[in-house]
Amino acid sequence: MTTRTLAVVSAGLSTPSSTRLLADRLADAAVAALAERGAEVRTETIELREHARDLADHLVTGFPNAGLRPVLDTVAGAAGLIAVTPIFSASYSGLFKTFVDVLDRDALYGTPVLLGATAGTARHQLALDHAMRPLFAYLHAAVTPTAVFAASEDWGAGGASHELGERIIRAGGELAGLVAARPASSTADPFADVPDFTTLLSR
Amino acid sequence: MQFGVFSVSDITPDPTTGRTPTEAERLQAVLRIAEKTEEVGLDVFALGEHHNPPFFSSSPTTTLAYIAARTRRLQLSTATTLITTNDPVKIAEDYAMLQHLAGGRVDLTLGRGNTGPVYPWFGQDIRQGLPLAVENYALLRRLWDSDVVDWEGRFRTPLQGFTSTPRPLHGVAPFVWHGSIRSPEIAEQAAYYGDGFFHNHIFWPADHTRRMVDFYRRRFEHHGHGNADQAIVGLGGQVFMRKNSQDAVREFRPYFDEAPVYGHGPSLEDFARETPLTVGSPQQVIDRTLGFRDYVGDYQRQLFLIDHAGLPLKTVLEQLDLLGEEVVPVLRREFAALKPAHVPDAPTHDTLVAARNAQQGVAA
Repeated sequence: MTTRTLAVVSAGLSTPSSTRLLADRLADAAVAALAERGAEVRTETIELREHARDLADHLVTGFPNAGLRPVLDTVAGAAGLIAVTPIFSASYSGLFKTFVDVLDRDALYGTPVLLGATAGTARHQLALDHAMRPLFAYLHAAVTPTAVFAASEDWGAGGASHELGERIIRAGGELAGLVAARPASSTADPFADVPDFTTLLSR
Repeated sequence: MQFGVFSVSDITPDPTTGRTPTEAERLQAVLRIAEKTEEVGLDVFALGEHHNPPFFSSSPTTTLAYIAARTRRLQLSTATTLITTNDPVKIAEDYAMLQHLAGGRVDLTLGRGNTGPVYPWFGQDIRQGLPLAVENYALLRRLWDSDVVDWEGRFRTPLQGFTSTPRPLHGVAPFVWHGSIRSPEIAEQAAYYGDGFFHNHIFWPADHTRRMVDFYRRRFEHHGHGNADQAIVGLGGQVFMRKNSQDAVREFRPYFDEAPVYGHGPSLEDFARETPLTVGSPQQVIDRTLGFRDYVGDYQRQLFLIDHAGLPLKTVLEQLDLLGEEVVPVLRREFAALKPAHVPDAPTHDTLVAARNAQQGVAA
Protein backbone atom coordinates (compact mmCIF):
# COMPACT_ATOMS: atom_id res chain seq x y z
CA MET A 1 0.00 0.00 0.00
CA THR A 2 1.35 3.40 -0.97
CA THR A 3 1.65 6.11 1.65
CA ARG A 4 -1.27 8.47 1.50
CA THR A 5 -0.87 12.23 1.43
CA LEU A 6 -2.20 14.80 3.84
CA ALA A 7 -2.24 18.16 2.05
CA VAL A 8 -1.68 21.21 4.25
CA VAL A 9 -2.62 24.58 2.73
CA SER A 10 -1.56 27.76 4.47
CA ALA A 11 -2.66 31.17 3.22
CA GLY A 12 -0.48 33.11 5.65
CA LEU A 13 1.36 36.04 4.13
CA SER A 14 4.07 36.99 6.63
CA THR A 15 7.20 35.07 7.56
CA PRO A 16 7.05 33.65 10.12
CA SER A 17 3.30 33.34 9.96
CA SER A 18 0.93 32.34 12.75
CA THR A 19 -1.29 30.82 10.06
CA ARG A 20 1.55 28.50 9.05
CA LEU A 21 2.27 27.81 12.70
CA LEU A 22 -1.31 26.71 13.26
CA ALA A 23 -1.27 24.65 10.05
CA ASP A 24 1.90 22.84 11.18
CA ARG A 25 0.50 22.08 14.61
CA LEU A 26 -2.76 20.78 13.15
CA ALA A 27 -0.75 18.60 10.75
CA ASP A 28 1.38 17.24 13.59
CA ALA A 29 -1.74 16.41 15.59
CA ALA A 30 -3.38 14.65 12.65
CA VAL A 31 -0.25 12.68 11.76
CA ALA A 32 0.18 11.59 15.39
CA ALA A 33 -3.45 10.52 15.65
CA LEU A 34 -3.18 8.57 12.41
CA ALA A 35 0.01 6.91 13.64
CA GLU A 36 -1.90 5.77 16.76
CA ARG A 37 -4.32 4.09 14.37
CA GLY A 38 -1.44 2.47 12.53
CA ALA A 39 -1.86 4.66 9.44
CA GLU A 40 1.13 6.35 7.93
CA VAL A 41 0.69 9.55 5.92
CA ARG A 42 3.04 11.94 4.22
CA THR A 43 2.30 15.62 4.65
CA GLU A 44 2.71 18.07 1.77
CA THR A 45 2.57 21.67 2.86
CA ILE A 46 1.58 24.35 0.37
CA GLU A 47 2.31 28.00 1.07
CA LEU A 48 -0.15 29.89 -1.12
CA ARG A 49 2.02 33.01 -0.95
CA GLU A 50 4.55 31.22 -3.15
CA HIS A 51 1.83 30.76 -5.78
CA ALA A 52 0.22 34.20 -5.59
CA ARG A 53 1.22 35.10 -9.16
CA ASP A 54 0.45 31.63 -10.50
CA LEU A 55 -3.05 31.98 -9.07
CA ALA A 56 -3.56 35.43 -10.63
CA ASP A 57 -2.35 34.05 -13.98
CA HIS A 58 -4.82 31.20 -13.67
CA LEU A 59 -7.67 33.67 -13.17
CA VAL A 60 -6.66 35.46 -16.37
CA THR A 61 -5.70 32.52 -18.62
CA GLY A 62 -8.06 29.85 -17.32
CA PHE A 63 -5.43 27.16 -16.86
CA PRO A 64 -2.85 26.33 -14.18
CA ASN A 65 0.75 26.97 -15.18
CA ALA A 66 3.55 24.50 -14.59
CA GLY A 67 4.17 25.87 -11.10
CA LEU A 68 0.57 25.55 -9.97
CA ARG A 69 -0.44 22.30 -11.66
CA PRO A 70 1.34 19.94 -9.21
CA VAL A 71 -0.13 21.88 -6.28
CA LEU A 72 -3.68 21.40 -7.57
CA ASP A 73 -2.93 17.73 -8.25
CA THR A 74 -1.62 17.29 -4.71
CA VAL A 75 -4.78 18.74 -3.16
CA ALA A 76 -7.12 16.83 -5.48
CA GLY A 77 -5.30 13.57 -4.82
CA ALA A 78 -4.88 13.97 -1.05
CA ALA A 79 -6.43 11.61 1.47
CA GLY A 80 -7.17 14.62 3.67
CA LEU A 81 -6.73 18.38 3.69
CA ILE A 82 -5.84 20.89 6.37
CA ALA A 83 -6.77 24.39 5.20
CA VAL A 84 -5.78 27.42 7.24
CA THR A 85 -6.33 31.07 6.37
CA PRO A 86 -5.93 34.40 8.07
CA ILE A 87 -9.21 36.22 8.54
CA PHE A 88 -9.28 39.42 6.49
CA SER A 89 -12.29 41.75 6.49
CA ALA A 90 -14.57 39.26 8.24
CA SER A 91 -13.74 36.27 6.00
CA TYR A 92 -11.05 34.04 4.47
CA SER A 93 -8.32 35.95 2.64
CA GLY A 94 -8.63 36.72 -1.06
CA LEU A 95 -5.58 34.58 -1.78
CA PHE A 96 -7.19 31.63 0.00
CA LYS A 97 -10.45 32.07 -1.90
CA THR A 98 -8.62 32.38 -5.22
CA PHE A 99 -6.99 29.03 -4.55
CA VAL A 100 -10.36 27.47 -3.79
CA ASP A 101 -11.82 29.10 -6.90
CA VAL A 102 -9.33 27.41 -9.23
CA LEU A 103 -9.78 23.93 -7.75
CA ASP A 104 -11.79 21.59 -9.93
CA ARG A 105 -15.37 21.55 -8.73
CA ASP A 106 -15.11 17.93 -7.62
CA ALA A 107 -11.54 18.09 -6.34
CA LEU A 108 -12.59 17.85 -2.68
CA TYR A 109 -15.75 15.78 -3.07
CA GLY A 110 -15.92 13.66 0.08
CA THR A 111 -12.39 14.61 1.14
CA PRO A 112 -11.90 14.92 4.92
CA VAL A 113 -11.00 18.54 5.66
CA LEU A 114 -9.87 20.26 8.83
CA LEU A 115 -10.38 24.02 8.83
CA GLY A 116 -8.28 26.55 10.69
CA ALA A 117 -8.14 30.33 10.85
CA THR A 118 -6.06 32.99 12.52
CA ALA A 119 -6.62 36.64 13.36
CA GLY A 120 -5.41 39.39 15.64
CA THR A 121 -8.27 39.08 18.06
CA ALA A 122 -10.85 36.49 19.03
CA ARG A 123 -13.64 38.71 17.70
CA HIS A 124 -13.09 37.15 14.23
CA GLN A 125 -13.55 33.55 15.27
CA LEU A 126 -17.07 33.13 13.91
CA ALA A 127 -15.65 33.54 10.39
CA LEU A 128 -14.82 29.83 10.60
CA ASP A 129 -18.49 28.99 10.86
CA HIS A 130 -20.10 31.69 8.75
CA ALA A 131 -17.53 31.73 5.92
CA MET A 132 -15.20 28.71 5.90
CA ARG A 133 -17.78 25.98 6.58
CA PRO A 134 -20.26 27.09 3.90
CA LEU A 135 -17.43 27.29 1.35
CA PHE A 136 -16.40 23.70 2.02
CA ALA A 137 -20.01 22.57 2.20
CA TYR A 138 -20.33 23.87 -1.38
CA LEU A 139 -17.31 21.75 -2.35
CA HIS A 140 -18.94 18.67 -0.75
CA ALA A 141 -15.95 18.18 1.53
CA ALA A 142 -16.28 16.15 4.74
CA VAL A 143 -15.41 18.83 7.31
CA THR A 144 -14.47 17.81 10.86
CA PRO A 145 -16.85 18.82 13.66
CA THR A 146 -14.05 20.86 15.27
CA ALA A 147 -12.47 23.75 13.41
CA VAL A 148 -9.62 25.62 15.08
CA PHE A 149 -9.32 29.36 15.48
CA ALA A 150 -6.22 30.99 16.93
CA ALA A 151 -6.09 34.66 17.89
CA SER A 152 -2.77 36.30 18.68
CA GLU A 153 -3.46 35.99 22.39
CA ASP A 154 -3.85 32.20 22.09
CA TRP A 155 -0.15 31.89 21.34
CA GLY A 156 0.80 33.58 24.64
CA ALA A 157 1.01 32.45 28.19
CA GLY A 158 -1.94 31.36 30.33
CA GLY A 159 -4.97 29.14 30.10
CA ALA A 160 -5.96 30.21 26.61
CA SER A 161 -2.82 28.64 25.16
CA HIS A 162 -3.60 25.41 26.90
CA GLU A 163 -7.09 25.44 25.38
CA LEU A 164 -5.68 25.97 21.88
CA GLY A 165 -3.46 22.93 22.31
CA GLU A 166 -6.44 20.83 23.34
CA ARG A 167 -8.51 22.00 20.39
CA ILE A 168 -5.67 21.20 18.01
CA ILE A 169 -5.37 17.66 19.40
CA ARG A 170 -9.14 17.12 19.27
CA ALA A 171 -9.41 18.43 15.70
CA GLY A 172 -6.38 16.40 14.56
CA GLY A 173 -8.00 13.30 16.03
CA GLU A 174 -11.25 14.00 14.21
CA LEU A 175 -9.45 14.40 10.89
CA ALA A 176 -7.49 11.21 11.51
CA GLY A 177 -10.74 9.36 12.14
CA LEU A 178 -12.26 10.55 8.85
CA VAL A 179 -9.08 9.86 6.87
CA ALA A 180 -8.64 6.38 8.34
CA ALA A 181 -12.26 5.50 7.64
CA ARG A 182 -12.04 6.54 4.00
CA PRO A 183 -10.81 4.03 1.45
CA ALA A 184 -7.78 5.04 -0.58
CA SER A 185 -8.95 6.51 -3.87
CA SER A 186 -7.10 6.82 -7.11
CA THR A 187 -6.62 10.25 -8.62
CA ALA A 188 -9.62 11.16 -10.73
CA ASP A 189 -9.00 10.74 -14.46
CA PRO A 190 -11.37 12.90 -16.51
CA PHE A 191 -10.97 10.54 -19.45
CA ALA A 192 -11.72 7.36 -17.49
CA ASP A 193 -15.45 7.86 -16.96
CA VAL A 194 -16.60 9.42 -20.23
CA PRO A 195 -19.72 7.50 -21.20
CA ASP A 196 -19.76 5.69 -24.53
CA PHE A 197 -21.48 7.84 -27.13
CA THR A 198 -24.44 5.50 -27.51
CA THR A 199 -25.15 6.22 -23.83
CA LEU A 200 -24.86 9.97 -24.44
CA LEU A 201 -27.24 9.64 -27.40
CA SER A 202 -29.89 7.77 -25.45
CA ARG A 203 -30.03 10.19 -22.53
CA MET B 1 -1.70 18.40 -44.84
CA GLN B 2 -3.82 21.54 -44.87
CA PHE B 3 -2.56 24.89 -43.60
CA GLY B 4 -4.61 27.97 -43.02
CA VAL B 5 -5.72 30.72 -40.71
CA PHE B 6 -8.74 31.27 -38.53
CA SER B 7 -10.28 34.48 -37.28
CA VAL B 8 -12.58 35.00 -34.31
CA SER B 9 -13.65 38.39 -35.77
CA ASP B 10 -12.81 40.39 -32.66
CA ILE B 11 -12.88 44.18 -32.93
CA THR B 12 -10.10 45.16 -30.53
CA PRO B 13 -8.35 48.52 -30.07
CA ASP B 14 -4.79 48.64 -31.35
CA PRO B 15 -2.94 49.14 -28.04
CA THR B 16 -0.08 50.98 -29.77
CA THR B 17 -2.38 53.67 -31.19
CA GLY B 18 -5.48 53.39 -29.00
CA ARG B 19 -7.61 53.31 -32.13
CA THR B 20 -10.45 50.82 -32.51
CA PRO B 21 -11.35 49.88 -36.09
CA THR B 22 -14.97 50.38 -37.03
CA GLU B 23 -17.11 47.31 -37.55
CA ALA B 24 -17.10 48.04 -41.28
CA GLU B 25 -13.29 48.35 -41.39
CA ARG B 26 -12.72 45.15 -39.47
CA LEU B 27 -15.21 43.24 -41.59
CA GLN B 28 -13.48 44.39 -44.77
CA ALA B 29 -10.10 43.53 -43.21
CA VAL B 30 -11.20 39.96 -42.57
CA LEU B 31 -12.37 39.63 -46.19
CA ARG B 32 -8.95 40.86 -47.34
CA ILE B 33 -7.20 38.41 -45.00
CA ALA B 34 -9.23 35.56 -46.45
CA GLU B 35 -8.35 36.49 -50.04
CA LYS B 36 -4.71 36.90 -49.09
CA THR B 37 -4.75 33.45 -47.47
CA GLU B 38 -5.38 31.98 -50.91
CA GLU B 39 -2.95 34.35 -52.66
CA VAL B 40 -0.02 33.23 -50.51
CA GLY B 41 -0.76 29.57 -51.14
CA LEU B 42 -2.45 28.50 -47.92
CA ASP B 43 -5.38 26.08 -48.00
CA VAL B 44 -8.00 27.00 -45.40
CA PHE B 45 -9.76 30.06 -44.04
CA ALA B 46 -12.02 29.56 -41.02
CA LEU B 47 -14.26 32.13 -39.36
CA GLY B 48 -15.86 32.17 -35.91
CA GLU B 49 -19.47 32.72 -34.91
CA HIS B 50 -20.35 35.17 -32.17
CA HIS B 51 -23.49 36.99 -31.14
CA ASN B 52 -22.16 39.87 -29.10
CA PRO B 53 -19.70 42.75 -29.37
CA PRO B 54 -16.74 43.06 -29.74
CA PHE B 55 -17.17 40.42 -32.46
CA PHE B 56 -18.86 41.00 -35.82
CA SER B 57 -19.24 37.51 -37.22
CA SER B 58 -22.81 36.54 -36.36
CA SER B 59 -23.41 34.95 -39.77
CA PRO B 60 -20.36 33.05 -41.01
CA THR B 61 -22.10 31.48 -44.01
CA THR B 62 -22.89 34.93 -45.46
CA THR B 63 -19.26 36.00 -45.13
CA LEU B 64 -17.89 32.69 -46.36
CA ALA B 65 -20.19 32.75 -49.41
CA TYR B 66 -18.74 36.15 -50.34
CA ILE B 67 -15.21 34.83 -49.87
CA ALA B 68 -16.09 31.75 -51.94
CA ALA B 69 -17.02 34.02 -54.83
CA ARG B 70 -13.69 35.88 -54.55
CA THR B 71 -11.46 32.78 -54.38
CA ARG B 72 -10.87 29.66 -56.43
CA ARG B 73 -9.10 27.05 -54.30
CA LEU B 74 -9.53 28.13 -50.69
CA GLN B 75 -11.27 25.67 -48.38
CA LEU B 76 -13.79 27.51 -46.19
CA SER B 77 -14.48 26.47 -42.63
CA THR B 78 -15.71 27.79 -39.29
CA ALA B 79 -14.16 28.33 -35.88
CA THR B 80 -16.69 27.49 -34.64
CA THR B 81 -20.34 26.98 -35.64
CA LEU B 82 -22.54 26.89 -32.55
CA ILE B 83 -24.23 23.49 -32.48
CA THR B 84 -25.90 24.26 -29.15
CA THR B 85 -27.86 27.42 -29.84
CA ASN B 86 -28.42 27.29 -33.60
CA ASP B 87 -31.38 25.35 -34.88
CA PRO B 88 -29.84 22.25 -36.50
CA VAL B 89 -32.34 22.63 -39.35
CA LYS B 90 -30.91 26.08 -40.11
CA ILE B 91 -27.34 24.76 -39.91
CA ALA B 92 -28.24 21.98 -42.37
CA GLU B 93 -29.81 24.48 -44.76
CA ASP B 94 -27.21 27.25 -44.47
CA TYR B 95 -24.14 25.06 -44.88
CA ALA B 96 -25.61 23.00 -47.71
CA MET B 97 -26.42 26.31 -49.41
CA LEU B 98 -22.86 27.51 -48.85
CA GLN B 99 -21.50 24.18 -50.07
CA HIS B 100 -23.32 24.62 -53.41
CA LEU B 101 -22.22 28.24 -53.79
CA ALA B 102 -18.59 27.34 -53.00
CA GLY B 103 -18.50 24.33 -55.29
CA GLY B 104 -17.90 21.97 -52.38
CA ARG B 105 -15.03 23.95 -50.79
CA VAL B 106 -16.73 23.88 -47.39
CA ASP B 107 -16.41 22.08 -44.10
CA LEU B 108 -17.39 23.22 -40.65
CA THR B 109 -16.19 22.97 -37.08
CA LEU B 110 -18.86 22.59 -34.44
CA GLY B 111 -18.45 24.06 -30.98
CA ARG B 112 -20.57 24.83 -27.96
CA GLY B 113 -19.50 28.47 -27.68
CA ASN B 114 -17.82 30.26 -24.82
CA THR B 115 -20.33 33.01 -24.07
CA GLY B 116 -22.87 32.02 -21.43
CA PRO B 117 -25.66 34.50 -22.30
CA VAL B 118 -25.85 33.23 -25.89
CA TYR B 119 -27.83 30.27 -24.55
CA PRO B 120 -30.66 32.32 -23.01
CA TRP B 121 -30.56 34.79 -25.94
CA PHE B 122 -31.43 31.87 -28.20
CA GLY B 123 -33.89 30.31 -25.79
CA GLN B 124 -31.62 27.54 -24.49
CA ASP B 125 -30.28 26.48 -21.09
CA ILE B 126 -26.49 26.46 -20.70
CA ARG B 127 -26.73 23.52 -18.29
CA GLN B 128 -27.97 21.49 -21.26
CA GLY B 129 -24.88 22.39 -23.35
CA LEU B 130 -23.67 18.82 -23.86
CA PRO B 131 -27.09 17.22 -24.43
CA LEU B 132 -27.84 20.01 -26.94
CA ALA B 133 -24.58 19.30 -28.79
CA VAL B 134 -25.42 15.58 -28.87
CA GLU B 135 -29.04 15.84 -29.96
CA ASN B 136 -28.62 18.74 -32.39
CA TYR B 137 -25.78 17.04 -34.20
CA ALA B 138 -27.67 13.75 -34.41
CA LEU B 139 -30.49 15.67 -36.12
CA LEU B 140 -28.08 17.61 -38.37
CA ARG B 141 -26.59 14.33 -39.61
CA ARG B 142 -30.01 12.92 -40.41
CA LEU B 143 -31.07 16.08 -42.24
CA TRP B 144 -28.02 15.83 -44.49
CA ASP B 145 -27.85 12.06 -44.88
CA SER B 146 -31.58 11.31 -45.37
CA ASP B 147 -33.83 12.98 -47.93
CA VAL B 148 -36.95 12.77 -45.76
CA VAL B 149 -36.76 13.01 -42.00
CA ASP B 150 -39.25 12.17 -39.26
CA TRP B 151 -37.79 13.28 -36.00
CA GLU B 152 -38.66 14.01 -32.40
CA GLY B 153 -36.28 15.08 -29.64
CA ARG B 154 -36.07 17.02 -26.40
CA PHE B 155 -34.99 20.44 -27.59
CA ARG B 156 -36.74 21.21 -30.85
CA THR B 157 -40.23 21.02 -32.24
CA PRO B 158 -40.76 17.68 -34.04
CA LEU B 159 -40.38 17.21 -37.79
CA GLN B 160 -42.65 15.03 -39.96
CA GLY B 161 -41.72 14.32 -43.56
CA PHE B 162 -39.20 17.18 -43.57
CA THR B 163 -36.67 17.63 -46.37
CA SER B 164 -33.78 20.02 -45.76
CA THR B 165 -32.95 22.00 -48.89
CA PRO B 166 -30.79 22.33 -50.84
CA ARG B 167 -29.72 18.72 -50.59
CA PRO B 168 -25.95 18.46 -50.02
CA LEU B 169 -23.87 18.92 -53.18
CA HIS B 170 -23.56 15.62 -55.08
CA GLY B 171 -25.41 14.00 -52.17
CA VAL B 172 -22.42 14.32 -49.84
CA ALA B 173 -22.58 16.50 -46.74
CA PRO B 174 -19.76 18.88 -45.78
CA PHE B 175 -17.08 17.27 -43.63
CA VAL B 176 -17.53 18.03 -39.94
CA TRP B 177 -14.92 18.73 -37.30
CA HIS B 178 -15.86 18.83 -33.62
CA GLY B 179 -14.01 21.40 -31.57
CA SER B 180 -13.58 21.31 -27.84
CA ILE B 181 -10.92 22.58 -25.48
CA ARG B 182 -11.74 20.50 -22.47
CA SER B 183 -14.76 18.21 -22.89
CA PRO B 184 -13.83 14.57 -23.55
CA GLU B 185 -17.49 13.98 -24.44
CA ILE B 186 -17.02 16.05 -27.61
CA ALA B 187 -13.91 14.06 -28.56
CA GLU B 188 -16.05 10.96 -28.02
CA GLN B 189 -18.74 12.43 -30.28
CA ALA B 190 -16.20 13.09 -33.06
CA ALA B 191 -14.84 9.56 -32.67
CA TYR B 192 -18.31 7.97 -32.72
CA TYR B 193 -19.18 9.54 -36.07
CA GLY B 194 -15.70 9.17 -37.53
CA ASP B 195 -15.62 12.97 -37.91
CA GLY B 196 -12.60 15.21 -37.39
CA PHE B 197 -11.50 16.56 -34.02
CA PHE B 198 -10.15 20.08 -33.82
CA HIS B 199 -8.34 21.34 -30.75
CA ASN B 200 -8.05 25.10 -30.36
CA HIS B 201 -4.60 24.45 -28.88
CA ILE B 202 -4.06 28.13 -28.14
CA PHE B 203 -5.10 28.84 -24.62
CA TRP B 204 -4.05 25.64 -22.89
CA PRO B 205 -0.81 23.77 -22.27
CA ALA B 206 0.31 21.21 -24.84
CA ASP B 207 -0.09 18.30 -22.44
CA HIS B 208 -3.82 18.98 -22.23
CA THR B 209 -4.14 18.95 -26.04
CA ARG B 210 -2.14 15.73 -26.14
CA ARG B 211 -4.54 13.97 -23.78
CA MET B 212 -7.65 15.15 -25.63
CA VAL B 213 -6.29 14.09 -29.02
CA ASP B 214 -5.03 10.77 -27.68
CA PHE B 215 -8.49 10.04 -26.24
CA TYR B 216 -10.16 10.93 -29.56
CA ARG B 217 -7.76 8.69 -31.49
CA ARG B 218 -8.37 5.70 -29.18
CA ARG B 219 -12.12 6.14 -29.39
CA PHE B 220 -12.00 6.60 -33.20
CA GLU B 221 -10.42 3.15 -33.40
CA HIS B 222 -12.87 1.75 -30.83
CA HIS B 223 -15.82 2.90 -32.94
CA GLY B 224 -14.41 1.10 -35.98
CA HIS B 225 -13.39 3.96 -38.27
CA GLY B 226 -9.78 2.84 -38.69
CA ASN B 227 -6.58 2.79 -36.69
CA ALA B 228 -6.04 5.45 -34.04
CA ASP B 229 -3.34 7.05 -36.17
CA GLN B 230 -5.81 7.41 -39.05
CA ALA B 231 -8.18 9.68 -37.12
CA ILE B 232 -8.59 13.21 -38.51
CA VAL B 233 -6.97 15.80 -36.25
CA GLY B 234 -6.76 19.58 -36.57
CA LEU B 235 -4.91 22.03 -34.37
CA GLY B 236 -4.97 25.74 -33.81
CA GLY B 237 -1.85 27.72 -33.16
CA GLN B 238 -0.85 31.28 -32.55
CA VAL B 239 2.20 32.91 -34.08
CA PHE B 240 3.79 36.28 -34.62
CA MET B 241 6.89 36.50 -36.81
CA ARG B 242 9.55 38.88 -37.96
CA LYS B 243 12.77 37.97 -39.74
CA ASN B 244 14.59 38.81 -36.55
CA SER B 245 13.22 37.08 -33.48
CA GLN B 246 13.83 40.04 -31.15
CA ASP B 247 11.88 42.34 -33.47
CA ALA B 248 8.94 39.96 -33.30
CA VAL B 249 8.95 39.95 -29.51
CA ARG B 250 9.30 43.74 -29.30
CA GLU B 251 6.50 44.39 -31.78
CA PHE B 252 4.05 41.78 -30.45
CA ARG B 253 4.48 42.44 -26.73
CA PRO B 254 2.05 45.38 -26.42
CA TYR B 255 -0.60 43.35 -28.28
CA PHE B 256 0.02 40.37 -26.03
CA ASP B 257 -0.04 42.42 -22.83
CA GLU B 258 -3.39 44.01 -23.69
CA ALA B 259 -4.96 41.02 -25.44
CA PRO B 260 -8.42 39.84 -24.53
CA VAL B 261 -8.37 36.34 -23.00
CA TYR B 262 -4.86 36.33 -21.51
CA GLY B 263 -3.70 39.97 -21.30
CA HIS B 264 -2.71 41.45 -17.95
CA GLY B 265 -1.71 38.01 -16.71
CA PRO B 266 1.42 36.02 -17.46
CA SER B 267 4.34 37.52 -19.35
CA LEU B 268 4.67 36.82 -23.06
CA GLU B 269 7.67 34.60 -22.26
CA ASP B 270 5.74 32.61 -19.62
CA PHE B 271 2.74 32.16 -21.89
CA ALA B 272 4.89 31.14 -24.84
CA ARG B 273 6.50 28.50 -22.63
CA GLU B 274 3.19 27.21 -21.24
CA THR B 275 1.20 27.20 -24.49
CA PRO B 276 1.92 26.76 -28.23
CA LEU B 277 2.18 30.57 -28.75
CA THR B 278 5.30 31.25 -30.81
CA VAL B 279 6.69 34.74 -31.20
CA GLY B 280 9.93 34.83 -33.14
CA SER B 281 11.54 34.12 -36.49
CA PRO B 282 9.94 32.03 -39.25
CA GLN B 283 12.43 29.27 -38.41
CA GLN B 284 11.27 29.26 -34.79
CA VAL B 285 7.66 28.92 -35.96
CA ILE B 286 8.67 26.05 -38.24
CA ASP B 287 10.48 24.23 -35.44
CA ARG B 288 7.72 24.71 -32.89
CA THR B 289 4.96 23.68 -35.31
CA LEU B 290 6.81 20.54 -36.39
CA GLY B 291 7.04 19.74 -32.68
CA PHE B 292 3.22 19.57 -32.38
CA ARG B 293 3.43 16.25 -34.22
CA ASP B 294 5.48 14.82 -31.35
CA TYR B 295 2.47 14.88 -29.04
CA VAL B 296 -0.58 14.59 -31.32
CA GLY B 297 0.86 12.33 -34.02
CA ASP B 298 0.50 12.88 -37.77
CA TYR B 299 -2.33 15.34 -38.18
CA GLN B 300 -4.29 16.78 -41.05
CA ARG B 301 -4.93 20.47 -40.49
CA GLN B 302 -2.97 23.33 -38.94
CA LEU B 303 -4.72 26.69 -38.57
CA PHE B 304 -2.98 29.79 -37.24
CA LEU B 305 -4.56 32.69 -35.39
CA ILE B 306 -2.82 35.83 -36.65
CA ASP B 307 -5.39 38.65 -36.75
CA HIS B 308 -6.53 39.17 -33.17
CA ALA B 309 -5.77 41.51 -30.27
CA GLY B 310 -5.93 44.67 -32.40
CA LEU B 311 -3.13 43.83 -34.84
CA PRO B 312 -3.48 46.15 -37.85
CA LEU B 313 -4.41 44.70 -41.24
CA LYS B 314 -1.06 45.62 -42.76
CA THR B 315 0.76 43.60 -40.09
CA VAL B 316 -1.57 40.63 -40.54
CA LEU B 317 -0.97 40.62 -44.29
CA GLU B 318 2.78 40.67 -43.63
CA GLN B 319 2.32 37.65 -41.36
CA LEU B 320 0.52 35.88 -44.20
CA ASP B 321 3.41 36.68 -46.56
CA LEU B 322 5.84 35.11 -44.09
CA LEU B 323 3.61 32.06 -43.65
CA GLY B 324 3.22 31.62 -47.41
CA GLU B 325 6.80 32.31 -48.42
CA GLU B 326 8.91 30.92 -45.61
CA VAL B 327 6.95 28.78 -43.17
CA VAL B 328 4.28 26.69 -44.86
CA PRO B 329 6.38 25.43 -47.82
CA VAL B 330 8.88 24.00 -45.35
CA LEU B 331 6.15 22.60 -43.08
CA ARG B 332 4.44 20.93 -46.06
CA ARG B 333 7.66 19.25 -47.11
CA GLU B 334 8.70 18.18 -43.62
CA PHE B 335 5.29 16.91 -42.48
CA ALA B 336 4.79 15.04 -45.77
CA ALA B 337 8.16 13.33 -45.41
CA LEU B 338 7.26 12.16 -41.91
CA LYS B 339 3.71 10.97 -42.60
CA PRO B 340 3.24 7.21 -43.24
CA ALA B 341 1.25 6.26 -46.34
CA HIS B 342 -1.68 4.79 -44.39
CA VAL B 343 -2.43 8.10 -42.64
CA PRO B 344 -5.09 9.93 -44.67
CA ASP B 345 -5.24 13.61 -45.59
CA ALA B 346 -8.13 15.74 -44.36
CA PRO B 347 -11.27 14.85 -46.33
CA THR B 348 -12.38 17.29 -49.03
CA HIS B 349 -15.56 17.29 -51.06
CA ASP B 350 -13.84 15.42 -53.90
CA THR B 351 -12.43 12.68 -51.67
CA LEU B 352 -15.76 12.30 -49.85
CA VAL B 353 -17.63 11.97 -53.16
CA ALA B 354 -15.07 9.42 -54.39
CA ALA B 355 -15.37 7.44 -51.15
CA ARG B 356 -19.17 7.47 -51.40
CA ASN B 357 -19.03 6.31 -55.03
CA ALA B 358 -16.59 3.53 -54.16
CA GLN B 359 -18.88 2.39 -51.32
CA GLN B 360 -21.95 2.38 -53.59
CA GLY B 361 -19.98 0.47 -56.23
CA VAL B 362 -19.22 -2.20 -53.64
CA ALA B 363 -22.83 -2.26 -52.48
CA ALA B 364 -24.08 -2.62 -56.08
